[in-house]
Amino acid sequence: MQTTFHIRRFNPESESPQSYFQDYQLATERSDTVLDALIRIRETVDESLTLRCSCRGAICGSCGMRINGHAALACKTKVASLISSGETIHVEPMNNMPVIKDLVTDMAGFWEKIRQVQPWLQPTGSAPEGEYLAAPEAMNHLTGVMHCIMCGACVSDCAALEVNPNFVGPAALAKAYRFVADPRDGNSSSRLGELNNPGGMWDCTRCMECIEVCPKGVGAMDRIMTLRAKGIEHGVPSTSGSRHTEAFADIIEQKGRLDEPMLAVRTFGLTNLRQMFSFLPMIFRALPRGKLPRSGPLHRPIPGIDRIRRLFQRAKEPR
Amino acid sequence: MVTTYEFDVLVMGAGLAGLRAALAAHQTGATVAVITKVHPVRSHSNAAQGGINAALTDRGDKWEEHAFETVKGSDYLSDQDAVEILAQEAGQDILALEHMGVIFNRNEEGRLGTRRFGGQKRARTFFVSDFTGQALLHVLYEQAMKARLPVFEEWFVTSLVKDEQGRCGGVLAFEIRSGRMALFKAKAVVIAAGGLGRVFEPSTNALICTGDGIAIAYRGGAPLMDMEMVQYHPTTLQGKGLLLSEAARGEGAYLLNAEGERFMEQYAPNMMELASRDVVSRAEQIEINEGRGINGCVLLDCRHLGKKLIRERLSQISEEAKSFANIDLTEEPVPICPGMHYMMGGVKTDVEGRCWDPAGGWQGVPGLFAAGEAACLSLHGGNRLGANSLLETVVFGRRAGRCAGEYAETLAFPRISDGVVKDGENALKKVLARPETGDTVARIRHEMGCAMTEGFGVFRDEEGMAHAQQTVGSLRERWNRVAIHDKGQVFNTSLVRALELDFMLDCAETIALGAVTRTESRGAHFRTDCLERDDDHWLKHILIHYRPDGPPQLDYLPVRITQWEPQVRVY
Repeated sequence: MQTTFHIRRFNPESESPQSYFQDYQLATERSDTVLDALIRIRETVDESLTLRCSCRGAICGSCGMRINGHAALACKTKVASLISSGETIHVEPMNNMPVIKDLVTDMAGFWEKIRQVQPWLQPTGSAPEGEYLAAPEAMNHLTGVMHCIMCGACVSDCAALEVNPNFVGPAALAKAYRFVADPRDGNSSSRLGELNNPGGMWDCTRCMECIEVCPKGVGAMDRIMTLRAKGIEHGVPSTSGSRHTEAFADIIEQKGRLDEPMLAVRTFGLTNLRQMFSFLPMIFRALPRGKLPRSGPLHRPIPGIDRIRRLFQRAKEPR
Repeated sequence: MVTTYEFDVLVMGAGLAGLRAALAAHQTGATVAVITKVHPVRSHSNAAQGGINAALTDRGDKWEEHAFETVKGSDYLSDQDAVEILAQEAGQDILALEHMGVIFNRNEEGRLGTRRFGGQKRARTFFVSDFTGQALLHVLYEQAMKARLPVFEEWFVTSLVKDEQGRCGGVLAFEIRSGRMALFKAKAVVIAAGGLGRVFEPSTNALICTGDGIAIAYRGGAPLMDMEMVQYHPTTLQGKGLLLSEAARGEGAYLLNAEGERFMEQYAPNMMELASRDVVSRAEQIEINEGRGINGCVLLDCRHLGKKLIRERLSQISEEAKSFANIDLTEEPVPICPGMHYMMGGVKTDVEGRCWDPAGGWQGVPGLFAAGEAACLSLHGGNRLGANSLLETVVFGRRAGRCAGEYAETLAFPRISDGVVKDGENALKKVLARPETGDTVARIRHEMGCAMTEGFGVFRDEEGMAHAQQTVGSLRERWNRVAIHDKGQVFNTSLVRALELDFMLDCAETIALGAVTRTESRGAHFRTDCLERDDDHWLKHILIHYRPDGPPQLDYLPVRITQWEPQVRVY
């Protein structure tokens, strides 16, 4: 099948270094991956097309790039899964990191954030003579996050990172989870304390994109949610993030639907005057349009609230 | 003048052997840096799936059994003093890895669990599902981050440099991102840059496995040994040659021919699918050649293992079979064939990783060390047992790193003449100045890969080998005129691939030379025109020395036998 690859190119050494798109036509077969096609372009059409690639089997993490708008490993993406009859395939470098050349990005920042979570085992006391004893399920559970190959796909497509470059990001948080959930690690409390800081686990906006694009099923966002729960369990000092979560649940339990002004007040605190004043313009815009939600005593519980409360009771029962 | 960096120990390569060596050298108090053409976690150690062997005595296992099975697996070509060290020190290294954080599979008591692997009667393979290499590599990289080891990522080493006494004094390299060249002065250099799979087409190896370290050491004056010993893995996917782990057979999967027979009964009635890899690969090839295959393949059948086991212990290969062969392992057998997988040979070292003999028994390069697949002790001789390669990287990576660190302590920094650096720079400039169009690196590489597979496959004979050797010679001529399309300084992969091909051609030449020289069948080197193993003449290693102005020079070393005299090999 004749396929068009619409590839974003960038050569920092050209006279006017600006990115542009270049189209390549290529005959592809059913079994071809996007990487096969890119290598064929490089080998037979344009040797200057630059990308990283190595294992061809989704284990080295080199060929992360955006394919039709979403981060993926080129070696794991079948051409046939993207097109049915001659559509164009868009290939671009990963997002949320600087581009060095064509599809090659600078991952220094990515690794800096990985290092930020102190990603090595920190046991307490000296090592035993033999192995550490550990439950087989605990070790099996960790294989889920250890499957991470640090390809950067989750970071590329992370919506929170796009607006908040301080966010440590899904890959680093999944890595942090790997140690918090390791029964041999003795430093969970301090790890969770660190993650509780701005830029840490509460900055995820739960868009689920990291779960969607991960080629190895690591499920970074799920790990972040577990980290948050563990943080609350460990009693790390409350932050706007953890208060938001608690207030959210509390309001739903009381009223059955969200009381948004109350959620804002409880998240930031009524005494946080700067934050409270910052809401005023929004309130004044919403009020005349009748869009200011009711709050406090005016926000009545929904009919059938008893059933909602029973759900909460059941969720709180020890399993 | 180019930038100069100075370290006591410089490690080339950041896979398991490289990182283990760097950490060990760091512990001696030496200043250490790692130089690697890809980020450490992109290294090919990732691809090791099934596990890592060790005979733990507290589990009733004996290191002697592990050592004997390794020697038998090697078809008696391994040096037994090295194998003894491997087997004796395996346990402590497994525990060290566990303490660093490797999430080894556990048994019901919470202790380390094992699975069976080929060529061994006992289950002594420790594992992390079926991505053991990746799980180890990421943990060693964690330790490197903890130790704050400087890593020169995406730097391409072009040559060794030596001082006036002929001692190794570092390497010349350029940063791929900027094209900037630098001299890395070091009192000791450890080559841990992995294998050379891309010399063959297809291969299970990643695209980065281009024998750089082997070729650099060879051109620097270190001899290569056992280069004719190329392992064909019994279970690879047709086409690109991706690997499906031996763990599948270790967990009990069957090999079936087109008639649905477990054909290994005919070839290895005791060990069946778990005979050593050379034996299984030959059996498969015979089945295929005699018309009992299916489109050039036989079948690997995992169905009876059950969904739970496949999910927990074979997750990666089941994902791989789904993605790359469109097969659900729980529902259907998957077609597989033997595929080029591993280089048993490499840069000759002693048991401390030294590429020279302090006693003067063989010629090498003082100050140069090697470990991992790039090195040849010889542990694996004619055929490596599965799960011994990861073990080799940690045991002998550690030993090489420690010895390099201690060796460096005794020396001053080498003096490297400006001329050496200038020559290196000019050589690179000359390659970059090749014409923009003409013969391509890709074409030459492909022809080399096909010729090597044709001539040095599972079965070899004189005519086929001579033909392939001739082809490789003519490809070397063509490389001298190959076109380089990209002339830029930044991330010029066009240049990198041309240099890699140069290294691969050296590797191909030495493989061919070793193979035509050995007129017997032993381990993976199976000649249909010399069917028997010939212990009277060939219980020895072939060493190949580079000669800058003439053909390579051959040399021989006897096999070191400690307690296991060669026997007839039956599985």
